[in-house]
Amino acid sequence: MSALETQMLCKNFGALAVADKIDFRLEPGARHALIGPNGAGKTTFINLITGRLAPSSGRILLAGQDVTALPQEARVKRGLGRTFQINTLFRGLSVLENVFLAVCEREGLGNVMLRRANARRDLLDESYGLLESLHIADDALALVKELPYGKQRLVELAIALGLKPSVLLLDEPAAGLPSSETAIIFDTVQRLPGDIAILIIEHDMELVFRLANRITVLVQGAVLMEGTPAEIAHDKRVREVYLGERDHG
Amino acid sequence: MDAFFAAVVSILFHGLAYAMILYVISVGLSVTMGLMGFVNLAHGVFAMLGGYVMTTLMNRYGMPFGWALLSAFVAVALVSVVLERTLYSRLYRAGELEQVLFSIGIVFMAVAFVRYAWGPLPQRMVVPELLRGSFDIWSRSFPTYRTFLIVVSFAVIAALWLGIERTNFGAQIRAAVDNRRMAESLGINTGRLFTLTFALGSGLAAFGGGIGADILAINPQYAQDYLIYFLMVVAVGGLGSIRGPFVAALLLGIGDTACRYLVPEFGAFFLFASMMGILLWRPTGLFGKA
Amino acid sequence: MFRWFNSDKGSAVERFVQRDALKPIELLPWILAIAAYYVFPSYLPLGSQILLTILFAISLDLALGYAGIITLGHAAFFGAGAYAAGLYALHVTGEPLSGLVVAGLAGGILGFLSGLVILRTSGLTLIMLTLAVLLLVQEFANRARPITGGADGLSGISMKPIFGQFRFDLFGHTAYWYCLIVLFFVWLFALLLVRSPFGRALTGVRENVTRMHAIGAPVRRRLVTVYTISAVLAGIAGGLLAQTSQFVGLATLGFERSGEIVIMLVLGGIGRIYGAFVGVVIFMIAQDTFAKADPAFWSFWVGLMLVLIVLFARGGALGVVDQALRWVRKVRR
Repeated sequence: MSALETQMLCKNFGALAVADKIDFRLEPGARHALIGPNGAGKTTFINLITGRLAPSSGRILLAGQDVTALPQEARVKRGLGRTFQINTLFRGLSVLENVFLAVCEREGLGNVMLRRANARRDLLDESYGLLESLHIADDALALVKELPYGKQRLVELAIALGLKPSVLLLDEPAAGLPSSETAIIFDTVQRLPGDIAILIIEHDMELVFRLANRITVLVQGAVLMEGTPAEIAHDKRVREVYLGERDHG
Repeated sequence: MDAFFAAVVSILFHGLAYAMILYVISVGLSVTMGLMGFVNLAHGVFAMLGGYVMTTLMNRYGMPFGWALLSAFVAVALVSVVLERTLYSRLYRAGELEQVLFSIGIVFMAVAFVRYAWGPLPQRMVVPELLRGSFDIWSRSFPTYRTFLIVVSFAVIAALWLGIERTNFGAQIRAAVDNRRMAESLGINTGRLFTLTFALGSGLAAFGGGIGADILAINPQYAQDYLIYFLMVVAVGGLGSIRGPFVAALLLGIGDTACRYLVPEFGAFFLFASMMGILLWRPTGLFGKA
Repeated sequence: MFRWFNSDKGSAVERFVQRDALKPIELLPWILAIAAYYVFPSYLPLGSQILLTILFAISLDLALGYAGIITLGHAAFFGAGAYAAGLYALHVTGEPLSGLVVAGLAGGILGFLSGLVILRTSGLTLIMLTLAVLLLVQEFANRARPITGGADGLSGISMKPIFGQFRFDLFGHTAYWYCLIVLFFVWLFALLLVRSPFGRALTGVRENVTRMHAIGAPVRRRLVTVYTISAVLAGIAGGLLAQTSQFVGLATLGFERSGEIVIMLVLGGIGRIYGAFVGVVIFMIAQDTFAKADPAFWSFWVGLMLVLIVLFARGGALGVVDQALRWVRKVRR
């Protein structure tokens, strides 16, 4: 059984098909990359999976169960975590609080009203530990908006990891980072427990080939092909469509 | 039967006149909100100022109606440019709450200023000789001024729509409402576009406030009392839309007139309730972007 | 693994936890309130007004300051509570405490129902709808003369002694203590609430709704919940007004009251509970001093103050204090 599966997933904006009959499988423990030229519909695909967008047709299955009709939060509860290409953080809160919020939601504490959140010292320690593993524990008490961009990208990742997801969708986790800082992100991703299924959108081909054991190429909302890194690297159409475009870009 | 018909005609006529005023005042609000995302609760201030400028020029200085109305348009547009450049533009990137508070602050100051300068009583609106009285069609009598108001507003609205459709300036506005970043990358100077649009929208509000002074009485509470109506026109019509607010204004103008005529004991109760209903059905308004 | 940080885990988490501990200065409002009772005995009616308005502002802070729901219609719940308490005293019993429960219920039910409806929207539409709900309730109170007295309001309310012991006196001694004690409990509750996981999650909703969805929070349910709680407290504040002034008029539902409470809260500083205390006290004392002389100028200064706060002091009075303290600390270092 796949960790995540989409069947004939479609999304139209008017006459424009931004997701076109996407059949996709993410296996448990996979390191799967989703690549494609700008505007191919990669982020849209993630938004469909997480439920931020409702598909026009098709089905989405998490661990074999149909979640197409479920709201975002129900999918998260079933182990779906994500990061955003554009920082989507609690900017006015401290770094520790950012992660702590996610951890509390994971533990289903969000409706608890008359007990202090900080009484859950174990969860605070866990949140702090996550920051340590991402090397941002020094800034635990700083407000997110006061952090440099690179560290904000790490917080983005830390929040998603705080959910302990079984399926993790990473939307260009290193977007906008210099290569020196990219390394931290990718080291972290590589160190994640092997049983997490990861789908990553990434433009840097070198990173993709280093990380992924499976690659799907998306063009104009449709799957152009899927295969191992070696197959993708040697495919003519991919070179034309994708790598060709990169050369111009 | 005849009484029923008369009532319907009367409601439609007065509702239409009311709708025209609401639209002319609110359309600028819709565009500036769509364009700049600025939650400007002070838009009614411009309409109010327009009404004061016009009535003062007419009553105190004997200026003819047409010129007074035009002066109100120009004067308020100029004032709004100053405000936009010095104050509003600092808050385009601020949060909604800041914008709301700021514009409420402007409303409070304007109310105080107007009360100080003109006193608490409503301003007299003297309709020019030519437009007084009423005339008959099919043995039904229509007030001349209201008819004039409808016709002139229609002309202004038509000119506005044509301008937005056909001119380069209109195309720039449409592009910027649609996708601001894209418009900027095409070399459109959005800063200047904002200022001009803001001025035009405020001028139109002043025009509406002036010409509609006998429907919405010009008094210091104006910007507060009618705020909900302007907001409803924009929210129900759809932010950034030009035609949506027109439909919303028609619904609101005719609906409000009908409520007051048919069920006066309930006041505006049904009106607000039905507007809420529409927004529940379509939270982004009738013609808003999803 | 190489550690390129040197702070130790205990201290950062410890400091984080420490932030929530009650500080001595947080007792200051209560000391001042009790002192005010003895120092300004002739101002007790104003004092009661201030106390119940602080309660109202705290209720608003939960919705606006913590959850980020911008509302111009909070007086709807205040007014609902006031009318409910007034009607209860007139037709059922003048017993005050059960009257407050009724007031809270009235505010809460209205808050829950309207929240269920309007919190589907956001931005300008939501602001407008909060205003529309207020106008609906206003219109209803105005038209339902047989029940609400219309423009004349409800008068002739007489209250029984609290616990059958403490009579409401002409000088407002009992009313002052009554308001103070109710406010104290509401303050305790609010502190507890905002430090709970639920309260923390509200700040998350305020800061970033999209992310809140992405970490699995049922955002709308949370918003409706806090809106309802906030409306209950607003209703209690309204109930206090009805019981202590023994009159309920349409002004309890006025746009002025809605707008002013937002202004007071912003003046003090939002999202920190104590902004309610500071803002309300400054505003109402200034209003009492200046507004009688010239109401027009008063509203001018209020408007100017708002504009200045937005442009230069977003955190309100307490925000300015914070900044000053930070600056002092920096200089000292």
